[in-house]
Amino acid sequence: MGLSQDNVIIDLQGVSKVYGKGVAAVHALRGIDIRISSGEFVAMMGPSGSGKSTCMNILGCLDTPTAGTYQFEGEDVSRLTRDQRALLRRHYLGFVFQGFNLLARTTALENVELPLIYRGLPAEERRQYAQEALTAVGLQGWETHSPAELSGGQQQRVAIARAIVSKPTVLLADEPTGNLDTARSLEIMDLLTRFNREQHLTVVMVTHEVEMAAYASRLIHFRDGSVEQDHQQDNLT
Amino acid sequence: MLWNIFLLAFRAIIRNLMRSTLTMLGIVIGVAAVITMVNLGRGATIQVTNQIASLGSNLLIVRPGQRMGHGQRSAAPPFTIKDSEAIARDVPGVAAVSPSASQAMVVVYGNLNWSTNVTGTDNHYFGVRNVTLAAGRIFTEAELRSGLAVCVIGETVRRELFGSLDPIGAKIRLKKISCEVIGLAASKGQASMGGDQDDMVLVPLRTFWRRIAGNRDVTFIQLSARDGVSTTKVKNDVEALMHERRHISGNESDDFNVRDLQEIATTLTGTTQVLTGLLGAVAAVSLLVGGIGIMNIMLVSVTERTREIGIRLAIGALERDVLLQFLVEAVTLSSLGGIMGILLAVLASYSLSGLMGLPVVLSPGIMLLAFFFSAAVGVIFGYIPARKAARLNPIDALRHE
Repeated sequence: MGLSQDNVIIDLQGVSKVYGKGVAAVHALRGIDIRISSGEFVAMMGPSGSGKSTCMNILGCLDTPTAGTYQFEGEDVSRLTRDQRALLRRHYLGFVFQGFNLLARTTALENVELPLIYRGLPAEERRQYAQEALTAVGLQGWETHSPAELSGGQQQRVAIARAIVSKPTVLLADEPTGNLDTARSLEIMDLLTRFNREQHLTVVMVTHEVEMAAYASRLIHFRDGSVEQDHQQDNLT
Repeated sequence: MLWNIFLLAFRAIIRNLMRSTLTMLGIVIGVAAVITMVNLGRGATIQVTNQIASLGSNLLIVRPGQRMGHGQRSAAPPFTIKDSEAIARDVPGVAAVSPSASQAMVVVYGNLNWSTNVTGTDNHYFGVRNVTLAAGRIFTEAELRSGLAVCVIGETVRRELFGSLDPIGAKIRLKKISCEVIGLAASKGQASMGGDQDDMVLVPLRTFWRRIAGNRDVTFIQLSARDGVSTTKVKNDVEALMHERRHISGNESDDFNVRDLQEIATTLTGTTQVLTGLLGAVAAVSLLVGGIGIMNIMLVSVTERTREIGIRLAIGALERDVLLQFLVEAVTLSSLGGIMGILLAVLASYSLSGLMGLPVVLSPGIMLLAFFFSAAVGVIFGYIPARKAARLNPIDALRHE
């Protein structure tokens, strides 16, 4: 693990994804190669159906490639079983979604504790870590509020707290600002940038908006299931 | 971890309180019905047993003639006092023998009269039939030997003729004879086979022969077996002796019969138990229906919470974590229903037993069994919805609206 140069965490080689069979087959990904190193902030862009979401699902071990290999920290995870992939998500990945995806009628604190429950942490530790994560996203004092009592920006910050509470290796964000206005979006992007810088957290984000993509240190453009462009950029500060 | 899952399940149940209550109702009714039926059945069995025991323990009754069904008897010569003496002398294991003769007649006191059964017998009657006295005394040897006009009356006769008056020492009229009341038998209540055990007048056998019947017939012999002696064995011995005394050869049918109360008790208890079992089985069907209700609601719940399941799977829940979550929820639901069913059953058992005049029996065994059964219903009917939840594809589940 971690033997390759530049500390490569994610290594996709010739990854294809085909949905359906025969004439009805849809080639969502056509043999893409992507390597992501530790500490990178990657934005994936592209029109709908370009394959960026499929790529994200494969990176998040929610889906498996039809062909090609996916190495996560040097380990081939493309052939793992369902439960093995769940364990990988549990221990190494954090997710932030466009629709926040918080549990309704459950307090912010409990939402953040959720990943730690599956890690089997005792209650006091869970509480402490969740509290710290909420403080890190600037939500101290909102612990007992349920998602319905929080604004969209606050909900997304709870979701980020939930994603980082288990100290993952990679944070996967699927259009994290898609449901937010510009001011809130920028706040969220500042948060992600901060975690990327300060905690050396690898961030992979899918977005439609150029403004948000500008925060990333690397930009990958998808088109028709292939990588069209992949380049480093000076990110905003 | 399991505690967390339980809390989670409990909160999911509270969240939809109305729906959860209605779902549980099936189990509540099922469990309550099963337990109540069994409790009432046990109560009835105990009552039957008690009533038979009150007739006299180990009681056998020898009557002339054969029963021909519906209370009819074939005609046959009556017994004599010699038959009774022979049984007492020759049959081993007999505690007491009481030769008796009886007749239905009207008894009169003052301007009141009451139609009852007058039985001529001896003091063994009290032991054999488990009759104790509430007041007065039993017959003296002199009264028995000389056939004096004295009698012991039952509670029903006392109530009908004397009301609030003291019957002891009063004279009642049986046919042409005036008879002094010397004793009052303690009440024994209704017999299980119908008939009031307190509706009786006892006189010395000789008094009955001389002043009432005008013959020296013994119309039935009652005897009790000693404790620990098989009543079946005594019955067989009595039958053998009577065959000999009444000159009945092997291939002739008997012109007498011996009834063993133990045997009747067993039959009656058996019948009650079969009925209890049947009612319990019918009630168990409603428990099954309750289980199907739980499965239905759990399936709805899984569909409603598809997104939640998607989130849990995405952040690292294993299939069995989700399976367990929904299974525990179903089991909690059904177990709560079970507990409520038990409480309802206790209430129902008390009120229905009171209404039906049965002794209250709360059988802890059946309550425990019903509780575990209701939990098992949760496991069985919760499994399919839980498995459906656990096998959801996280990507589709997250996209679910």
